[in-house]
Amino acid sequence: MKKIEAIIRPHKLDDVKEALSAIGIQGMTAYEVRGFGRQKGHTEIYRGAEYTVDFVPKLKIEVVVDDDQVDGAEHAIMMAARSDKIGDGKIFTYDALSAVRIRTGERGPEAL
Amino acid sequence: MAGVNAGDTAFVLVSAALVLFMTPGLALFYGGMVRTKNVLSMMMQSVFAIGTITVVWLLIGYTLAFGPATGPLGSFIGGLDHVGFAGVLGGRTGTLPMGAFAIYQCMFAIITPALMTGAFAERMRFRSWAILSVLWVLLVYAPVAHWIWGGGWLAQLGVKDFAGGLVVHASSAAAALAAAIVLGKRIDYGNPDIAPHNLTMTLLGTGILWFGWFGFNAGSALAANDQAIAAFIATQVAAAAGMLTWLLAERFHTGRATTLGAATGAVAGLATVTPASGFVSPLGALVIGMCAGALCYWAVLLKDRLGYDDSLDVVGVHGAGGVFGTLAIAVLAVNGIGGVSGLIEGSTALIVPQLIGTAVVVTYSFGLTWVMLKAIEKVFGLRVAKDVEVQGLDVTEHAEVGYSL
Repeated sequence: MKKIEAIIRPHKLDDVKEALSAIGIQGMTAYEVRGFGRQKGHTEIYRGAEYTVDFVPKLKIEVVVDDDQVDGAEHAIMMAARSDKIGDGKIFTYDALSAVRIRTGERGPEAL
Repeated sequence: MAGVNAGDTAFVLVSAALVLFMTPGLALFYGGMVRTKNVLSMMMQSVFAIGTITVVWLLIGYTLAFGPATGPLGSFIGGLDHVGFAGVLGGRTGTLPMGAFAIYQCMFAIITPALMTGAFAERMRFRSWAILSVLWVLLVYAPVAHWIWGGGWLAQLGVKDFAGGLVVHASSAAAALAAAIVLGKRIDYGNPDIAPHNLTMTLLGTGILWFGWFGFNAGSALAANDQAIAAFIATQVAAAAGMLTWLLAERFHTGRATTLGAATGAVAGLATVTPASGFVSPLGALVIGMCAGALCYWAVLLKDRLGYDDSLDVVGVHGAGGVFGTLAIAVLAVNGIGGVSGLIEGSTALIVPQLIGTAVVVTYSFGLTWVMLKAIEKVFGLRVAKDVEVQGLDVTEHAEVGYSL
């Protein structure tokens, strides 16, 4: 099993969710994050004073998949989240050691 | 009801309620401009003034400001005839029951110290503010109100201030400047994280202030008459013009027109026209409002160059505006509206009194507030500890948070 973490543009969440559903991935977690990479932040102006805000709002989604789904999931996220502009985000994949469904006690890929 | 005009009385009572409403409006206006961790402490400073100053005004403030201007000290401070509102019920002020006048003036005494709180946002101890606000109303506001509105020495000199350019805005802003300097900058001053947390609150507060300002300015005619209508119109026109020129200045300076700019420009127009509202024509008010938006925009930018943290721009908006509006009377006053003539009618009579009045009020308030702040700092401490400031004043000073989302 692998855990895929993707940092995406906030407005791409629905596209990414649908792309993952379409290849049979049945659950995910999303939360709001702030960060920066190559994309520059933005400027805010209050009463003539300009403030540069480096940290840009993004969404981070997490999904744990079986090994044979990793390539498909990464591809689905990449295609759905892409706008071809700087700031589209990144995908990181890690080994997931175990998974347990709390309600039934199922373990491993059956718990996903 | 002998000697009482029912229309005037009704108008002034409604105006009193309008002016009271400005203080919670100010709390929203300021509250939106601080960070989430300080929103309650900011709003509390205004709301608390309603509690303390009402009691202070009833017991002694009113009589110090508007007691008889007779006897050896009468030019400087009101006589003690009305301690505890003694003789107020049944008394007369012009065509009003004295009680209507006294409670109307109470609302001015509340909002004036509340205005200065923007200068020391996010770092003043609550207890120190409680002490300062009471001392300030007794030692600065009441005497200055007496000098200009209570028949004191500046009134005798011919100083004109219709609704409080000097008594309210300049006096509060001078105190605000002293406080900003004595307290020093916020730890995070200059850091982007210090930006306003909720400008929708600030816009709502602006609307409430604007609404209440009709009671503030038009009500200051103390009668439902032509002068009140002139002040009402001047108020609306100057607020609108102040908004427009602020946005223009901002558009050319930064490339954007902002909602905070619209709100601030309107308040700048309102504050600036306050002293002149009962003396100038609608077109005069337009000129004042247009100057206010541009002048206050520039004055707000000045603080970074001068190096003090007037956090919410009390000096740049109320100080610059209050002084400019007071001096503008000497130029734009129209005899047919307020009974005095400015330069546009060929009279130079107001120039010297307005300059003297401004210099006296600003110097007196700045100096005495400075002394009060130093004294409070010595005895009680003024500023919260560093870790408290980092944590935020809501949870540390008041044991609450504004938001639990």
